[in-house]
Amino acid sequence: MMTIVLNGEKQQVTANTSISQLLKNLNLENKRLAVEINQQIIPRSEFDQHILNEMDKVEIVQAIGGGSNP
Amino acid sequence: MSDSNINPPLILAGNSYHSRLLVGTGKYKDNEETRLALEASGAEIITIAIRRTNIGQNPDEPNLLDILPLEKYTLLPNTAGCYTVDDAVRTCRLARELLAGHKLVKLEVLGDEKTLFPDTIQTLKAAQILVDDGFDVMVYTNDDPLIAKELEKIGCVAVMPLAAPIGSGLGIRNPYNILTIIENANVPILVDAGVGTASDAAIAMELGCDGILMNTAIAAAKNPVLMASAMKKAVEAGREAFLAGRMPKKRFASASSPIEGTFF
Repeated sequence: MMTIVLNGEKQQVTANTSISQLLKNLNLENKRLAVEINQQIIPRSEFDQHILNEMDKVEIVQAIGGGSNP
Repeated sequence: MSDSNINPPLILAGNSYHSRLLVGTGKYKDNEETRLALEASGAEIITIAIRRTNIGQNPDEPNLLDILPLEKYTLLPNTAGCYTVDDAVRTCRLARELLAGHKLVKLEVLGDEKTLFPDTIQTLKAAQILVDDGFDVMVYTNDDPLIAKELEKIGCVAVMPLAAPIGSGLGIRNPYNILTIIENANVPILVDAGVGTASDAAIAMELGCDGILMNTAIAAAKNPVLMASAMKKAVEAGREAFLAGRMPKKRFASASSPIEGTFF
């Protein structure tokens, strides 16, 4: 197992987990979202190959309703 | 008014839009109310925010983008809530990834939590980075004509001065500055934020604004769907009044029936 920081919270994942695998584990596969690792955007086409490392900061974001305010 | 010679469409980043009312999608009671208000507003461009996905909590909860007829709308991701250049640029890049290469974004870099006034220094920096990176930037700014011109020079596709603080509903506090910004501009000028009711929207359009972006004025009305309809009409009425050219103001009366031929 290893630790990653997922959307600001520490989480345990198995070693050699890919982004695709992570999204599958979170029931987020096929959702409209974007992924950033250590502030680098990872294109969807690389989700299968990109393997997570210990203490990676992973951000998974989506579009929500919003206007001109926080 | 359908005559496009008299009332041409709004051109933004090379695309034309018949509606000059752009609306935000936040603060509604639920997704259904959002959908109905957007429909009543006639808006073709709607803003969205980029936020963390809830991990482990209701992954099947319907997302706004799943329920809206997206083929009807141009999505305008916005950097709402960003207080730094880095956060704003990151947000736009994530939005581009999320929306498969989408280039049109609304930039706002806020400076202060109480007023939500834009930090114009950081806004200028972020605008430059985003324009250089190929984005079509619609930029939120204050009602300062000099900053508005700088943002245009950087290459923003539209400049969007506030009418009043975000969510305040105070209406246009400084119509002369807005007018100066419009007169100086070679890009569309849209009032963004501060509109409270339909007359505020009409006044902005009568000044010659190219459009208005609003959220709270509709979402926080007692009947948001009805207010959305009112705003649609106010924007159209204000636009037509601007194009028609108002009569000059006079201090004293001027009879509208002829004096000649009176029998009394």
